[in-house]
Amino acid sequence: MSDDKRVFEGRIKVPYKHTAGAYVEKFLTEIGQNRKIMGVKCPKCKKVFVPPKMVCFECFEKMEEWVEVGNQGTLKGFTVVTHKTDVMPLKPPFAYGIIRLDGADTDIVHLIKESDPNKLKAGMRVEASFYAKPRKRILDIEYFKPI
Amino acid sequence: MKVAIVGVAQTKYESNKIDQTYMELTFEVVKKLHNQLGITNDDVGSVITGSNDFTDGRTIANMAVQDGVGSVRKSESRVSGDGAFAYVYAAMRVLSQEYDTVLVVSHSKCSEGDQCLINNSIFDPFYQRHLGLDQISSAGLMANMYMSKYGITEEQAAKVVVKNRKNAFNNPYAHIQKEITVDDVLKSPMLAYPLKELDLPPYSDGAVAMLLANEETAKKLTDTPVWLRGYANCTDAYYLGNRNMTDLIALELAAKEAYKMAGISDPIKDIDVAEVSENFSAHELMIYEALGFCGKGEGGKFIDSGETQMGGKIPVNPSGGVLSSNVAMANGLIRVAEVAEQLTGKAGKRQIPDAKTGLAYGMNGICSQGNCVLIFGGD
Repeated sequence: MSDDKRVFEGRIKVPYKHTAGAYVEKFLTEIGQNRKIMGVKCPKCKKVFVPPKMVCFECFEKMEEWVEVGNQGTLKGFTVVTHKTDVMPLKPPFAYGIIRLDGADTDIVHLIKESDPNKLKAGMRVEASFYAKPRKRILDIEYFKPI
Repeated sequence: MKVAIVGVAQTKYESNKIDQTYMELTFEVVKKLHNQLGITNDDVGSVITGSNDFTDGRTIANMAVQDGVGSVRKSESRVSGDGAFAYVYAAMRVLSQEYDTVLVVSHSKCSEGDQCLINNSIFDPFYQRHLGLDQISSAGLMANMYMSKYGITEEQAAKVVVKNRKNAFNNPYAHIQKEITVDDVLKSPMLAYPLKELDLPPYSDGAVAMLLANEETAKKLTDTPVWLRGYANCTDAYYLGNRNMTDLIALELAAKEAYKMAGISDPIKDIDVAEVSENFSAHELMIYEALGFCGKGEGGKFIDSGETQMGGKIPVNPSGGVLSSNVAMANGLIRVAEVAEQLTGKAGKRQIPDAKTGLAYGMNGICSQGNCVLIFGGD
């Protein structure tokens, strides 16, 4: 493509210092340092949001009650990807899952360490597998694995 | 107070329009439109463009096309997102009575950027982006959850692709004009289970333009104005784990509002043609359900019934849809343009006979996060 004179190559590389906010900060610290998964509870509807966020969008209320949820949960849905991109954390084929952790009222999206769609099923139990050392990232939960 | 589409122009959609910059693409359709209508740029009151900074690789992306759309030293604004929303912005400018005419133009060139990388940047940097998610993996998640919940088969999903690809043959602007069979779809390589390559759209380049006018001006410019009769917009939750992945709730809410405004009580009876932004095969089935064409979970049965085919009670995507031409940000405005062609009797081989009321659906973000439902009526 660079030989084609009709194409002008460009790339935008911009670093950002995203403000994480107290909720992201606490969630990532807990998964990284203590291997604990935390959620927050809405004072009005009592739903526990995992991962945590400040505002319950159904009630438009600030959530301040922190709740620890289980490291295990139920798989609500999944896909197994075979296409490859530069930003994938695992080498395909691997799975993404929508998981309802024990004690949570919302779902978390994450990786599942399984490459065969026939071995995955909605309703099966999965467990978080934590990365060796904390990096302040969502991938401090390295992936979920079927149990 | 009314607003009409008085003319539309589209480019042929192709995989790599390497000989045309964004500016040249938009100039092609806007000049064509001016000539069609016998107007000059002085007759255009305001310009609204629809595109996206990340897709185009430059921020304030509307500046890339200002020469092509004739917006220099003119009233202009933009929508960073799907073209259906650009239509709405333009329509509102006419309805404000501030402008007699507003030009709206949408463009995208999927060929110019790495679509998966661009998609990944849609996701927040904290909880989702590092997972490497993109439109394909998100579509796989949604398709699998929807199809598993309601027992939709891969064959039923494949029928959508077969229908839309067949329809594309009648559309001189369509990108992919290659008929395929259900078997072809099922045998194509798996990308994000259960979605295979042919369950997903191509990547296309192109542009679309239309002129909107108030009632008085519309009468001077055309004998076949296309009036806006109903509109609604609804956006679902952002984080994938907060979305309903088996039902397009936000689209359902938008459709109800748009139908109310347009006085539609029975969508199948009251709507003659629908152009929807289907981003993957099973997505169109989910769209049928959210639009009230069939009951919840009955999308598979509905495609089986044949009623969304060209000769059916509610033809969907006679243009071939996004599965035949995926022009990223322009998809929603293309749907509007196609409905306008239908209601003015200018749809040629893809014409639905006697089409009087049409629905156009444009979406933003991941899998029907942002939804815009528009109802149009001819005279």
